[in-house]
Amino acid sequence: MWKWLHSYAKTERVFTLCNGLWPFFLWPSFVLILIGCIWGLGFAPKDYQQGDAFRIIYIHVPAALLSMGIYTTMAVAALVGLVWQWRTAFMSVIALAPVGAVMTFIALITGAIWGKPMWGKWWVWDARLTTELIMLFLYFGVMALYAAFEDKQLAGKASAVMALVGVVNVPIIHFSVEWWNTLHQGATISKFESPSIAPEMLWPLLVCLLGFSLFAAGIVCLRLKNEIVRREIHRPWVKHVLFEGKN
Amino acid sequence: MTPRRKQRLIMTIAAITLVAGAVGLMLYALSENIDLFYTPSEIVNGKNGQIPQVGQRLRIGGMVVPDSVNRDPNSLAVSFTLVDTGPQVLVRFDGILPDLFREGQGIIATGILTDAKTVVADEVLAKHDENYLPPELAESLKGIKHVKPDVVNEINGR
Repeated sequence: MWKWLHSYAKTERVFTLCNGLWPFFLWPSFVLILIGCIWGLGFAPKDYQQGDAFRIIYIHVPAALLSMGIYTTMAVAALVGLVWQWRTAFMSVIALAPVGAVMTFIALITGAIWGKPMWGKWWVWDARLTTELIMLFLYFGVMALYAAFEDKQLAGKASAVMALVGVVNVPIIHFSVEWWNTLHQGATISKFESPSIAPEMLWPLLVCLLGFSLFAAGIVCLRLKNEIVRREIHRPWVKHVLFEGKN
Repeated sequence: MTPRRKQRLIMTIAAITLVAGAVGLMLYALSENIDLFYTPSEIVNGKNGQIPQVGQRLRIGGMVVPDSVNRDPNSLAVSFTLVDTGPQVLVRFDGILPDLFREGQGIIATGILTDAKTVVADEVLAKHDENYLPPELAESLKGIKHVKPDVVNEINGR
């Protein structure tokens, strides 16, 4: 088992894996997001309090959950990279960071658009909103550190340390609405009790969530492929793959 | 696991634990500043032994007491009382209320404490809960019929 896992420290192996997997992530994700959005925006019943305005949940919640999920994944990759010195793990960190940053950005923007009509304000310095903004800056920090070094070996390590340290923020984001008085409401689906949302509204949300997750996974696979090729351009197997037309 | 890897693993975990501890202590120290608002009982009875002073600018969050909303028919002035579990606090506001403002709804108001139990607000935000239900279901399940308060009462004491 460990031996099998260690084979993924090799860039060639990971390249083949990503190359095989991305179409299975990306194409179904488009279908799922389309179904989820049409179902959620057009057919799910409106909310008793918020009316039609609650429908932005179908974008906001998947993006917000993924922003935290991707950060955690990135931190795990950083840990593996730092402890076992896998080059592929460092590459995954930098492949994940911009995707997570975009998800965080979408969550913040849709949250603001949702906040204006419902709360009455675009932005409040509330614990949940502030910690989510800090996470966006952490993603930017990881990306900036990676870009700042000429030596990509060193850059990978530096950004991995940054990613790993920032993971402290993830549980703070999740529990911010329980630990402090916030304007943001408590968790609806990411808790141990049954979700406090009617099933006919929950299903499209789950479809959207799966769609967003597969989309992120597909993009990360493509980015990781690119990163491997960029870093390993002088290796014979890359030249073989790129110039002999073997996908 | 080779000794070098083990050492690196221990070092990384130690680093994360240290950072988490530092952040945890910091948040603990700042916890009352991170709270977005005072609840009505915290305004009246105090929070950690400190009662907010009259004239202090603060945020208050609580439920709008049903039948406590009074609107001035000639202006935007409105007054209502907020409650959490104990005492009630009166809020006066002159402006446009958010869409979700209803009796029984959670509200956060920013303003100045003018006497022990009155806040003159310059901003009112509506807080909604984490429950999402279709209107018909909410009505039958919770007995809530969510309508905006349209009963216009003459504002008291004006």
